Amino acid sequence: MDNIAGQNNALKWAVNISVALLVIAWLIPTVGLFVSSFRDRDQISASGWWVAPFSVELTYRTRGDAEPRQEGGLWIIEGNLFETAEVAETFASGEAEITGFGVRAREPDLFPAGSEGETRDGGTLIVNADGSYVYSNAEAPERPPRVYFAANTPPSFTLDNYRTILTSDGMDRAFINTLTVTIPATIIPILIAAFAAYALAWMEFPGRGLLIAIVVGLLVVPLQLALVPLLNLHNLIGIGQSFVGIWLAHTGFGLPLAIYLLRNYMVGLPRDIIESAKVDGATDFQIFTKIILPLSFPALASFAIFQFLWTWNDLLVAKVFLPSDAASRVMTVKIADDLLGSRGGDWGILATAAFVSIGVPVLVFFTMQRYLVRGLLAGSVK
Amino acid sequence: MSPLLQGAITILVGVFGCVGYFYAANLVLDKVIYPARGPNIGRNINRANAIRPWLFLLPAILALSIYLVYPVIGSLFRSLYNRAGDEFIGLGNYVFLFGDGEFQQALFNNALWAIVVPAAATFLGLLVAQLTDRLWWGNIAKSLIFMPMAISFVGASLIWKFVYAGDPDIGIINALRGSLGFDPMDPIQLPFWNNLFLMVILIWIQTGFAMVILSAALRGIPEDTIEAAIIDGAGPFQLFFKIKVPQIMGTIVVVWTTITILVLKVFDIVYTMTGGNFGTQILPSYMMEFMFRDDGRATAVAVVIMIVVLPVMIWNIRQAQREMR
Repeated sequence: MDNIAGQNNALKWAVNISVALLVIAWLIPTVGLFVSSFRDRDQISASGWWVAPFSVELTYRTRGDAEPRQEGGLWIIEGNLFETAEVAETFASGEAEITGFGVRAREPDLFPAGSEGETRDGGTLIVNADGSYVYSNAEAPERPPRVYFAANTPPSFTLDNYRTILTSDGMDRAFINTLTVTIPATIIPILIAAFAAYALAWMEFPGRGLLIAIVVGLLVVPLQLALVPLLNLHNLIGIGQSFVGIWLAHTGFGLPLAIYLLRNYMVGLPRDIIESAKVDGATDFQIFTKIILPLSFPALASFAIFQFLWTWNDLLVAKVFLPSDAASRVMTVKIADDLLGSRGGDWGILATAAFVSIGVPVLVFFTMQRYLVRGLLAGSVK
Repeated sequence: MSPLLQGAITILVGVFGCVGYFYAANLVLDKVIYPARGPNIGRNINRANAIRPWLFLLPAILALSIYLVYPVIGSLFRSLYNRAGDEFIGLGNYVFLFGDGEFQQALFNNALWAIVVPAAATFLGLLVAQLTDRLWWGNIAKSLIFMPMAISFVGASLIWKFVYAGDPDIGIINALRGSLGFDPMDPIQLPFWNNLFLMVILIWIQTGFAMVILSAALRGIPEDTIEAAIIDGAGPFQLFFKIKVPQIMGTIVVVWTTITILVLKVFDIVYTMTGGNFGTQILPSYMMEFMFRDDGRATAVAVVIMIVVLPVMIWNIRQAQREMR
């Protein structure tokens, strides 16, 4: 009575392969983002991330830099293009190979490597695959020739995008803002909800069923409904668009789920413990702080993760309840409203920004997955 | 004051404020108002216990009333007033909305989202849950498919921009088209189909959610029903469709409705990917066009979203009440 697939070898293989394909399909987009965030702009625009481990052909521009010498009536300049000042830094590792060269920007690889090309000032130029070049001219050249060339450049992975994003682009500020929004907005609703959940789970009073029904109803109220009236309210009482405003808003919006999850969990705690504590003379307050709260840790953790992910990833509430100036943008707003506009074509920067913003939640996800799953099950299956 | 410091102070004020409130309120109730001593000790204890639940509930009720109940009513009223909010115009905003081509488009697209996304996510979730069940590396596979749940809609949209990009050196779809000999195109600007491409992003996120819950439900099916079916000669497909699926139908419905509600609220994906252009407008992103500009129309759109969600809300409440009995 094991696996139904286990009865049949072919079916077992089919299952393994289809799951593998699904997982790959699910991972491809994220992997693409991850790889792209480590590539520089030239590499990204020259080849797809899926060939990132291979060389790309990029075109460069440089100028010979050796001193001309006279030999048999000709002026000759010799040297290696890879060592010329303009590109030396790029080819420091020395694994590149020239595929073609030219003397005009419009045709950077007109002549194949190893052949002879004519320069604009009437001289001849030979460039070999290893970068060495020989330029010769009957007249004394004013200066060394301008050379364009295409080279197979080895893959290069850099942390430059991360450096740019984290130091100069305002993303550091946005990261701190996101943290600033998230932490209070996660902690405060837990306390309020825990007391309410205890009252709804273990205290007898008229109207309890109605309150629970209201909480369940509020679970699905679309946030859109809350935006205009609350913003007006915040403006009226002087909070306006500010961090205080967004903390309050997130607290209010998170409460129904918090109360619902915690109540469902607390109801399932053994009645004996609570009743014997009551017999021993414990007050409700003592029962709550000494027994219920420690026992409810898994549910508290579940909700904390939910609320953390939700506030960290939120775009709508941040757009409405925070001012739109650069000083108080959170990461989601920064990416959606600023980077996508101003850095729209700079894929490396975009990928890095996205990765910085999803790094923390993904980390939390993988370390706390157990609690997340438990919370989901408590919220939905029951 | 730096926001970080402000945040730290808020945490302290919030946490100590809450704890202090609950502690002090209890103390006052037990020692001052109805002390558990003197001639009326029995009556006092009973009264204190009748009031205590409301002490526990007060902060939550206050927060819920201000942040969720009041806005529902407030939005309803605000949507009946004009842009400046000083003139009652009845259903004027709604009349404008239903006459606006973009709103009709948003409504149509929203209906499409609400049908396609929950169906696809639930189906794929069920498929993965069943396939990974008892696979030795099933938990790893599930973990990886579940991961997009942690990613913001904005982050997910950016991730998928790398899939859909028109440049064949960036977008993998156009790279594949290129290798088959087709010219590159921008999938996001392809009328009608671009809606589906945007939905794929949400399906990608939500399949993990459906999978986790359905996988737990599949494990909860009593073994003997499966054994009996196998003894009776049911094949794997019969077993799945005729024995397993009917038994977890309740959970499937819950997953379906949960995703449906989410779909009706998500504006981030459309906002990030297209800004509502190219015929991809949906109600939540349509509302953002009026936000900060015309509160009357913005709230009217919000009320329309609320009306669409209402049946699910009522169904949820019924369901919860049935469980409590």
